Amino acid sequence: MDTGKILTRSDSFSEIVMGNTALVRAMIEAGVKLVSAYPGSPTPEIADAVMAVRRQEDLFYFEYSVNEKVASEVAFGASISGNLSVVFFKSVGLNVAADSFVQFSLLDLKGGLVIVLGDDPGANSSQNEQDNRHYARMTNTPVLEPADPQQVYVMFLKAAELSAELQHPVILRMTTHVCHAKSRVRFGSRKKAERSKWSFSPEPGEYIPLTKSVAAMKKRSILKLEKFREWNEISDFNRLTDNGSNRGIITCGLPSLSLDDVLSEITNPPDLLVLGSPWPLPIALITDFCASHDEVLIVEELDPFIENEIKAAAYDAGLGCRIIGKTEPEDFIGELRPGAVRRFLLRKWPEIDPAPAADLPEIPVLPRPAQMCPGCGHRSAFHAISRALHPKDTTVADIGCHTLGYMEPYRMGQVLLSMGHSNGTGSGLSVFKPEGRVITFIGDSTFFHAGLPGIINAVYNKHKITLIVMENGTTAMTGHQDHAGTGGISVRQVLQALGIGFIEEVDTYKQKELTEAVKRAIAFDGFSVVIAKHPCMLKFTREQRRRGKEPSTQAQINQEVCRRIKTCISEFACPSFMIDSEDGSIGVNPELCIGDGSCVQTCSAAAVSIGRKQ
Amino acid sequence: MKCNIYLNGVGGQGIGVLSELVIRAYDDAGFQVKGVDTHGLAQRGGSVESHIRIGYPSGSPLIEAGKADIVLSLELTEAYRALYGLLRDGGHLAYFDTLWQSLPVRLEAEKAPDAEMIGTAAAARNVSVLRVGTDGSGDVRMQNIMLLAESVKGGVLPGIAAGNIRSALIQLFSGEVLEKNLGLLESIFG
Repeated sequence: MDTGKILTRSDSFSEIVMGNTALVRAMIEAGVKLVSAYPGSPTPEIADAVMAVRRQEDLFYFEYSVNEKVASEVAFGASISGNLSVVFFKSVGLNVAADSFVQFSLLDLKGGLVIVLGDDPGANSSQNEQDNRHYARMTNTPVLEPADPQQVYVMFLKAAELSAELQHPVILRMTTHVCHAKSRVRFGSRKKAERSKWSFSPEPGEYIPLTKSVAAMKKRSILKLEKFREWNEISDFNRLTDNGSNRGIITCGLPSLSLDDVLSEITNPPDLLVLGSPWPLPIALITDFCASHDEVLIVEELDPFIENEIKAAAYDAGLGCRIIGKTEPEDFIGELRPGAVRRFLLRKWPEIDPAPAADLPEIPVLPRPAQMCPGCGHRSAFHAISRALHPKDTTVADIGCHTLGYMEPYRMGQVLLSMGHSNGTGSGLSVFKPEGRVITFIGDSTFFHAGLPGIINAVYNKHKITLIVMENGTTAMTGHQDHAGTGGISVRQVLQALGIGFIEEVDTYKQKELTEAVKRAIAFDGFSVVIAKHPCMLKFTREQRRRGKEPSTQAQINQEVCRRIKTCISEFACPSFMIDSEDGSIGVNPELCIGDGSCVQTCSAAAVSIGRKQ
Repeated sequence: MKCNIYLNGVGGQGIGVLSELVIRAYDDAGFQVKGVDTHGLAQRGGSVESHIRIGYPSGSPLIEAGKADIVLSLELTEAYRALYGLLRDGGHLAYFDTLWQSLPVRLEAEKAPDAEMIGTAAAARNVSVLRVGTDGSGDVRMQNIMLLAESVKGGVLPGIAAGNIRSALIQLFSGEVLEKNLGLLESIFG
């Protein structure tokens, strides 16, 4: 299936797509001129679809910027030059972008700018589940919140239209299971694309928010937000279901679909008001709804965001309606999947009658978390590095595939905060560390993203820590996107330019050499760096398979030599090794092994070798 | 017809393609379909799942625990997990008979489930079981298609036929991959 061909069709059509893909057709129909991004779940498939479109037709400029802040600035620059722009990234990406993002609403964004957020309630693939609606309120930025792929498409079109009309940023807030939900979406036809513009205003001070100019800019921003609110009062995205009840529910986004499931089981369901936008709220619509009900329950994921606004509006309107929201800690946590909505409803209104959640037996198998792939250079690196470390050493992880090293059996990485934190955190740890060394890790994409300031700080402030750059030549965790390093900027040369006194580079498959290099780096009296390098083997084998080349070799175990020390399983732990539950012998799963051979050197009995695929 | 189909397996087994084929086969048969896959971090050799809901024009793309009518699983351990986690009493389970040992199993902290354990647990909950691929033959990367075709042939997936899988394959693939998959379909349905 050629996604690019489908998304660039000129007529109207329908297709089964996920939310992330539907979004890109909407960008085309809206006439977007520039798209920028930094990869992060749940948004990478937006970029996949963008790439597919660009292979077909050059409809807009696209780049992976080095981080979310730069991506936002690129989109901002294009917007104030008069061109409709889009920037997209994951939830926590907004923290990185925030320093520039908070200024956007103060300025006239001539061409329009839509910020597409991939929020992650439930922390499906993130380090927290932060509720980014707070940023919207802080900055007077309107938000539209789709619940399914069809709404992603229509809401993006509306977001783009309103943003260009108000010259104001608009957020399209998607969440993980909106980004990845799949269904048949009806698309419109494409108009002839307009040419890009250059209408940047050179008027003195127009784009300089500073001291005295800020007040007027802020007022303009508030007035634009009010314009959006006026539209929201009559927006078709707000959906009212009147069941003739004296009870009502107000909700927004994906939880509205969970409610559809649970309410369909109830004999006398409450009335339902589904909002298309959580900010700014349609206050008149909501107060009318509250005024005509005795009790209104607010069903929203994460923080009591619309709840607090609605309570304030009800107070201002002097309503007697009882507004019920979050009280227990569990009310604030996680996704509102159908089961969670069922439990929430029963907590708040114990007498209404959806059946309680199914009483299931406990699952008798342990969870199977993600792990490093067969042949992963990080596994080989961790195995070698562990042989250079002292039990008193402290290891600091960063964000990326290597973060998985914190798990059994590697136990590599004891602290994690955010993209690029490792050298800042590591420096602070080292100040009072009585014994042993602080070892920090960082991947190559994260190195360029936000890693450099912490590294420069460690060099400048003379922190004696050892950095191990886990360089695999791609942004692996999010699906192999390019980054500054793949674009030709050398990690090693950048580090050399900082005047670091110790830099060694070793292929991670050369475990003895890597162990020795790390020992020397730890002994070095100053900030030291080891670049542990090996290409991402998942990317490599996928590319080989696309060219029709299957792995022809695999690991083999000579059962006569094997002494059942089991280092290959208990320490190296490549998923290709299997244990025979009957006799405890070790075998190799030919479906998994890629024949990379990084395991051979881990066997002290020399029982592992590489032979032909079985 | 309303039906909740839950798919699971281990990251790397091709569950994304399986889910896309099931969705397109039901769409081809004229049903209203929605679904959602796990993506991103969860893909690296961890448990992966897809939810598919047939005939629910409103409602979540996610299936509530204990409300799946059918589970298709690409791996033994994951079949066992879904049997306890998502499948309703009296539901249907079809699984591909292969074992990707999890780390606790490899570290001998846990025993891997086998066909017998699945059979016993299924019988206790009145769940029908279809084992696919027990002879160990076939291309590893076509196990997903084999499970789908055998599930349709074995009556586990209601409302669709070989022709709908064929249409789904044609929508998704071309060239040699399509030919190989159509060949497999032919060999199963005759």
